[in-house]
Amino acid sequence: MSYLINLASIFAIYAILAISMNSITGYTGLVTLAHAAFYGIGAYTTALLLIHGGVNFFVAMLAGIFLAGVVALLIGSVMSKFRGDYYILGSIGFLYIINSIMKNWDSVTGGPLGVAGITRPALFGVSFAENLPFLLLCLTLLILVYWLAKWIVSTPFGRVLKAIREDEEAIAVFGYRTKHFKLLIFMIGCGMAALAGGLFAGYIRYIDPSTFTIVDSVFMLACIIVGGLANVRGAILGTAILVMIIEFSRLIGLPADVAAQLREVIYGVLLIVMMFWRPQGLIGEYKL
Amino acid sequence: MSALEIKNLHKNFGGVRAVDGLSFVLTPGKITGIIGPNGSGKSTLTNVLSGMAAIDSGVLIIGGEQITGLKSYEAIEFGITRTFQEVRLFEQITVLDNILVVLTERGVFKSLRSARGKMHEVRAQEILERIGLWDKRHQLARQLSYGQRKLLEIGRTLAIEADIYLFDEPFAGLAASMVKMLSEILIDLRAKGKVVVLIEHNMELIRSLADHIVVMDNGQLLAEGAPASVLSQHNVIQAYLGK
Ligand SMILES: Nc1ncnc2c1ncn2[C@@H]1O[C@H](COP(=O)(O)OP(=O)(O)OP(=O)(O)O)[C@@H](O)[C@H]1O
Ligand SMILES: [Mg+2]
Repeated sequence: MSYLINLASIFAIYAILAISMNSITGYTGLVTLAHAAFYGIGAYTTALLLIHGGVNFFVAMLAGIFLAGVVALLIGSVMSKFRGDYYILGSIGFLYIINSIMKNWDSVTGGPLGVAGITRPALFGVSFAENLPFLLLCLTLLILVYWLAKWIVSTPFGRVLKAIREDEEAIAVFGYRTKHFKLLIFMIGCGMAALAGGLFAGYIRYIDPSTFTIVDSVFMLACIIVGGLANVRGAILGTAILVMIIEFSRLIGLPADVAAQLREVIYGVLLIVMMFWRPQGLIGEYKL
Repeated sequence: MSALEIKNLHKNFGGVRAVDGLSFVLTPGKITGIIGPNGSGKSTLTNVLSGMAAIDSGVLIIGGEQITGLKSYEAIEFGITRTFQEVRLFEQITVLDNILVVLTERGVFKSLRSARGKMHEVRAQEILERIGLWDKRHQLARQLSYGQRKLLEIGRTLAIEADIYLFDEPFAGLAASMVKMLSEILIDLRAKGKVVVLIEHNMELIRSLADHIVVMDNGQLLAEGAPASVLSQHNVIQAYLGK
């Protein structure tokens, strides 16, 4: 039972990540691999404020979302100069910069050793220390993020995002300042990733830079490409499939390091297979 | 409605003088035909007028306002809208959304809270019925035929309450029934007092629709005037046939 609860918690956290990346990549057409960096910003901000600042967990998480939004504004402004392949490369550059800050700013982030001793929160007398209540917290936030993402893409704003994805110059000539739209969705998406990061810190109780690398960004990308680009439910479906594949590779009893490497191979193979067989994903509405 | 005056306009691409010292006036309530051989700078002129290509030098005067630089998102503030010689739709969204997307609020935050959905849908229906695509509204734009795609682009410009319509070879590749539909749309815009620019290689269409013709050659103005007189001018005939 506790195994399933843990699995469901990690699924919920990953699903939030996939939904958030889908808003940027699936709906707006901006393929970013910087996402793990914002996931990390959320996790680190939550953990550090909690441990060193004595700040309430939820307040710390909000601070993480806010910080991710500010960093997204800065990075997004630079990235708005890039298109297509350059955009992807730029995003990888920013991911490496932020990850290396986590690794090397020892006095604050604990360097490669990371941050330990993260405690789970309580709210209005309800403690989330046990696994089951914490799972419920994760699921509640997943539903919230799902609803928010659904709402955003149903507004005229969401329609403009899709038009930007299809032909940015053409929609611009109809009077839209596309840069503003891209920046706002980038900030929202990165904020959601930071929320997932805060939850992850609380779930795992110990974080280090190795969880916020390009492999993690590729994992998120694989989730939305398998499940379906530009479809919020597709992001969740893809996450479910990938989480099950990971668990399967663990269950067949492979040594941990082999399993870890095998997983990366699986992400890679999945991405390639999907590109050949069904580039819009299982229930997606957009082909890259 | 005010005229659009083009004064000594220049646009270079590297060594290529795509628009080379062009001056003329586009008058409201008239269809101005722009003709000229391939590569004479017609599309480049459209791009410059819609802010999609920067002005190298020269000015545009709209409603008495002098413009020396124009960003593409500012074009509609000056009442300018356009179509593309190579159709540019939002391919992977529906036909209806292709129209709705140009009807809604331009501001980022306003577009998140826009509450005028019903009104926009009524307008979108009018437009799609006019171009005969209402039945196809739930299809993706890329599923349309070539002619339907060109019409959808026209529909997108009709959704804008523009003063100046720039049509870059809108008739190319259209079936006869569509040619008729589009001709009526242009005549309608003229009757409403809009500035209508029609870039076109088919002289029959130019003769029947244009009130005024501008002939471009190598980015320069070769001739302008009433269709009958301009089209019989020796240098115009040579520019078209002599190469
Ligand atoms: N983006 C660009 N970069 C470089 N050169 C360009 C660009 N756009 C146009 N040109 C050049 O400018 C010149 C004018 O091209 P333009 O497309 O405006 O001609 P056109 O009159 O529209 O021709 P057509 O009748 O074939 O559509 C050509 O020599 C073309 O190669
Ligand atoms: Mg052209």
